[in-house]
Amino acid sequence: MARIGVYVCHCGTNIAGTVDVAAVRDFAAALPGVVVARDYQYMCSDPGQDLMRKDITQMGLDRVVVASCSPRMHEPTFRRALEGAGLNGYLLEMANIREHVSWVTAGVAAATRKAKALVAGAVRRVALHQPLEERYADVTPQALVVGGGIAGIEAALKIADGGFRVHLVEKEPSIGGQMAKLDKTFPTLDCSACILTPKMVAVAQHPNIVLHTYSEVERVDGFVGNFRVTIRHKARSVDMQKCTGCGTCWSKCPYTAPSEFDEGLGKRKLIYIPFPQAVPNKPVIDRERCVKFRSGKCGACQKLCPTGAIDFTQQDELVEESFGAIIVATGYSLLDPGRGPWGYGRYPNVLTALQLERMINASGPTGGHVQVQDGGTPRAVAILHCIGSRDQNYHEYCSNVCCMYSLKLAHLVKEKTGAEVYNFYIDIRAFGKAYEEFYNRVQNEGVYFIRGKGAEVGSRDGRLLVRCEDTLLGKYREVPVDMVVLSPAMEARPDASHLSQVFGIQRSADGFFLEAHAKLEPLKTATDGVFIAGACQGPKDIPYSVAQGAGAAAEVLRLLSAGRVTISPVVAQVAAEICSGCRACLPICPYNAVSYDEVTKVARVNEALCKGCGTCVAACPSGALSVSHFRTPQVLAQIEEVLAV
Amino acid sequence: MNQDFEPKILGFFCNWCSYAGADLAGVSRLKYPANLRIVRVMCSGRVEPTMVLKAFACGADGVLISGCHPGDCHYQQGNYKTLRRVPLLERTLAQFGIHPARFRLTWISANEGQKLVQVVTEMVEEIKKLGPFPGTRARFPELAPHLSGATVIPGGAIPAPGGATTTVGVPGATLVAGGETHD
Repeated sequence: MARIGVYVCHCGTNIAGTVDVAAVRDFAAALPGVVVARDYQYMCSDPGQDLMRKDITQMGLDRVVVASCSPRMHEPTFRRALEGAGLNGYLLEMANIREHVSWVTAGVAAATRKAKALVAGAVRRVALHQPLEERYADVTPQALVVGGGIAGIEAALKIADGGFRVHLVEKEPSIGGQMAKLDKTFPTLDCSACILTPKMVAVAQHPNIVLHTYSEVERVDGFVGNFRVTIRHKARSVDMQKCTGCGTCWSKCPYTAPSEFDEGLGKRKLIYIPFPQAVPNKPVIDRERCVKFRSGKCGACQKLCPTGAIDFTQQDELVEESFGAIIVATGYSLLDPGRGPWGYGRYPNVLTALQLERMINASGPTGGHVQVQDGGTPRAVAILHCIGSRDQNYHEYCSNVCCMYSLKLAHLVKEKTGAEVYNFYIDIRAFGKAYEEFYNRVQNEGVYFIRGKGAEVGSRDGRLLVRCEDTLLGKYREVPVDMVVLSPAMEARPDASHLSQVFGIQRSADGFFLEAHAKLEPLKTATDGVFIAGACQGPKDIPYSVAQGAGAAAEVLRLLSAGRVTISPVVAQVAAEICSGCRACLPICPYNAVSYDEVTKVARVNEALCKGCGTCVAACPSGALSVSHFRTPQVLAQIEEVLAV
Repeated sequence: MNQDFEPKILGFFCNWCSYAGADLAGVSRLKYPANLRIVRVMCSGRVEPTMVLKAFACGADGVLISGCHPGDCHYQQGNYKTLRRVPLLERTLAQFGIHPARFRLTWISANEGQKLVQVVTEMVEEIKKLGPFPGTRARFPELAPHLSGATVIPGGAIPAPGGATTTVGVPGATLVAGGETHD
């Protein structure tokens, strides 16, 4: 007979406020096999754990049930407590009477009854638990960072400086991300390129960094410590070895297309580098538009290239590499404001903030001049905050950075043109260090602030007209301007859904990647060894993204330095004497961990590959398969008891 | 409809999405009826049909399986296996006379605490309308000893209502055919 100890946690009033813990304790004490049942203020505290350890030693307990919070929270804590008293950590079962009972149930009677049911299930189940030994696997001492924006760059540099090899994969022809497009950064007004490009160059020159630009991650297999990753090098049509980046090809290419980097305001050639400071400084051919690819004519770049680097026949290349850990830092997209009533796409002088950013930039399409369509200087400029953010029709969330960059743009426009600048805002969120001070500065510079969302942009007498409800005056207003700048919402990238499946990351309702815990695990994901950093998790500014990149690098360095990872002992086994060799389990396993032994004519599980989902077990018609810690008798016993109360 | 009737619903929730979703409902202090009792499994694909039958045999008035949304499975495809298994199970349940509203498969992500509340509330309402499941335990008290533990009753002959004999060979679960009439 098992000797079980049951510990019912009050969690202050979190549990005890709704659940009659004394009643649950007394109920538990009467269950078969229970030697001792106690309730305690905070079981996770040191005295709480001591209480449990003392009972294990003094009363000879061989099983423990903790009725407290979610096992997803404190199962490791209590497992360690058991181990501290010499008991195997898997001889523990938790009853989740906080998240699943006290916090979600109205009424003490109903909550107490449900808590009793869960405790009864846990007691019956734990009696059938078996001690399990954790296993270890070596860690491949190399990391993968996906996304070459500021978060990914920071992460890659930190890991590389830590002495480990890093592969940095970037979808675009150059690293740099969205930050490379910015002119100045708030609130210090330091030049974005000036602080970013040295980091980009450091990436290119670092002996520990392998850079894959114009590349995408195609497939991820394996698990923490040992991921097998397939990377697709998209055909650049340029031999990276031969190319010296001399620029002859892109200066001689006779055709142009709208520049993505200049947000469509400027032109680029069809063989091009995205921007002058691109890393690597080697071009790519836009195969969709290139005349050589469309009609077979031209080929000027190939004829003129002094090193013979142009290769029109180049194919995509698949590279396979092993990694111990992965950081996903794939960034964000901006909402397309053409969907809304703000005149974007209808009036040429309605721009996005990023377009204005390019216009202000000295190396941008207008050479740094803020100008309207006909080349003139605007006399009045409106900046509309919250375009698609904090808006039930688009995104409910706040995009976090728009207030501050709108203030920055207001300052820059004022400085460059002397125009009247109107900010249409809901409220100003200047939450960061020196942000409020910057807001005050911009106000003192004579920028106008109208508290009311820019509801619609129309036109009258050749000028643009912003309509809004001024909520301070309580009046409807129409403000005539020459240029409207929209601050669109940051949103999840269109490929976020695809990437979430490739890397096994969950997403939150807003489409961004979901962290393992909102407060305590902001960089981890549900998949061990896969971390997230930067705006792929949600809207953030540069300092926050950099901090996350560095934080994710610390997570990776922790894994790589340890050299080995613990692997859950929850794996499937085959009882060879029962197995009929029907092979129903083989195609079920997503990890190819089950194989058929031709000699013994039975199925066999490779424990190194098995991740313990138990899907094969449910498919076995003869009951030969089982999965440790979730054995059929264990689960059935729990079901029976949970329903008995 | 019996106003006092509080159905017992057994939930099989996968560790990664649905169990986390139920945790989120808790953290967010969303309230839902206390009728749901959740058993954690690593993947919805782990849920054997036997477990569902066992739950009904042990007095569940409803059973809910919940996993990650298709495509989001922590184990790549476990929930697809569940998705393919469930129609077979549903046919079996129908043959046992279990009303379809008593069994549900749903997808709840780690972020969908609100969806859990909605699913449970709906299910409780529907099952309250149906009344208690006339489970084996209640109708055949003499079988109670056979229902305890994870016993295997291979091919046991059990008298069904109306005098006919049905042979049941479900490991760990004992059920009798001829239950509720479906609407």
